[in-house]
Amino acid sequence: MLDRQTALRSILGDVSDHLVVTGLGNAANDLAALSDDSPSVFTMDGAMGAAVSMGLGLALARPERSVVVVTGDGELLMNLGSLATVAVQQPPNLTVICLDNGAYGLTGDQDTHTANGVVDLAGIAAAAGLGDVVTITDDDALAGLSPIGDSGSTRFLLVKVARGNTPYPGLERNGDHLRVRFRAAVERGLEVSR
Amino acid sequence: MTDPSQPTWSAELYRVLRERGTSIVGYVPDSGHRHLIEAAHADDDVRAVPLTTEEEGVGLVAGAHLGHEKAVLLMQSSGVGNCVNFLSLVQHCRFPLLTIVTMRGEYGEQNPWQFAMGRAVEPVLHAMHVATVRADHPDDVMSAAEASVGMVDRGGQAVALLLGQRLLGAKKF
Repeated sequence: MLDRQTALRSILGDVSDHLVVTGLGNAANDLAALSDDSPSVFTMDGAMGAAVSMGLGLALARPERSVVVVTGDGELLMNLGSLATVAVQQPPNLTVICLDNGAYGLTGDQDTHTANGVVDLAGIAAAAGLGDVVTITDDDALAGLSPIGDSGSTRFLLVKVARGNTPYPGLERNGDHLRVRFRAAVERGLEVSR
Repeated sequence: MTDPSQPTWSAELYRVLRERGTSIVGYVPDSGHRHLIEAAHADDDVRAVPLTTEEEGVGLVAGAHLGHEKAVLLMQSSGVGNCVNFLSLVQHCRFPLLTIVTMRGEYGEQNPWQFAMGRAVEPVLHAMHVATVRADHPDDVMSAAEASVGMVDRGGQAVALLLGQRLLGAKKF
């Protein structure tokens, strides 16, 4: 089992290379911690199941940017249909990273449907039609991963991680502020590329 | 080419959406939205995004806004019930949201399964702080659409444009 933050650091490289939307829970806390509360990371602390749909809208709106959704197995299980919708669109700039620990961490580590290998989210993603699906279970698989953001196809990375919560004390929960600062960060990117 | 089956108001509505700068159209199919959906798919400057459930469309519109693009969500009234928790994202983060809802379970409805959600549409939307604008006559559609767009794009609000069954014609199914 991989450590979440170690795995994310390896996969994402410099977080500021991407526009990031996270699901609630550890994904939000980890990305806020890794990016030092970057404005180009939109961390949700509610709306469970919305992360992939938001990432799709963002990826279609900004095809020139690498868009990354980071979420957990519980959050993704709440909206499996969103993987099918992404598969129909196939935005090449979108990467979905699912941190799979088989547990609902926020509510006391109750098993999700992926616990004990019952449900395989990578299999579901592949069957939905996402072209580039990888399951990462160890350091070797992490090291062998090609950089995200330039693969030319929608990617789905299922990362098997250990259970355990690491809250980020400064997690921004003012949604209006998150929205406004994210849009400003996108706009700065547009000005730089002009 | 003009489709003789396409009502004038439907073409006008699409024009309002395009003039507003809509580049992404998320939808769950409904016969009342047929012409808008076909127009979106035929339009090289618009990305048509079929959804598995309406709540995905709420996330899609919010994500597009984060990326400085305008999107719209097309759905039938029963889909409003599928959106409720995701509308908390819209309310809490103050995302502008434009959705166009074709109504069932009201004027002339003959399917008893449609009434419960039809009656709940406006109370549910209002509970989630989504304003509603109704169009029940072809002459209402343009002004209702322009009013909705202004509330969303300049007023920053979440707005549902409700196309009533008096406008659409009650279905026989």
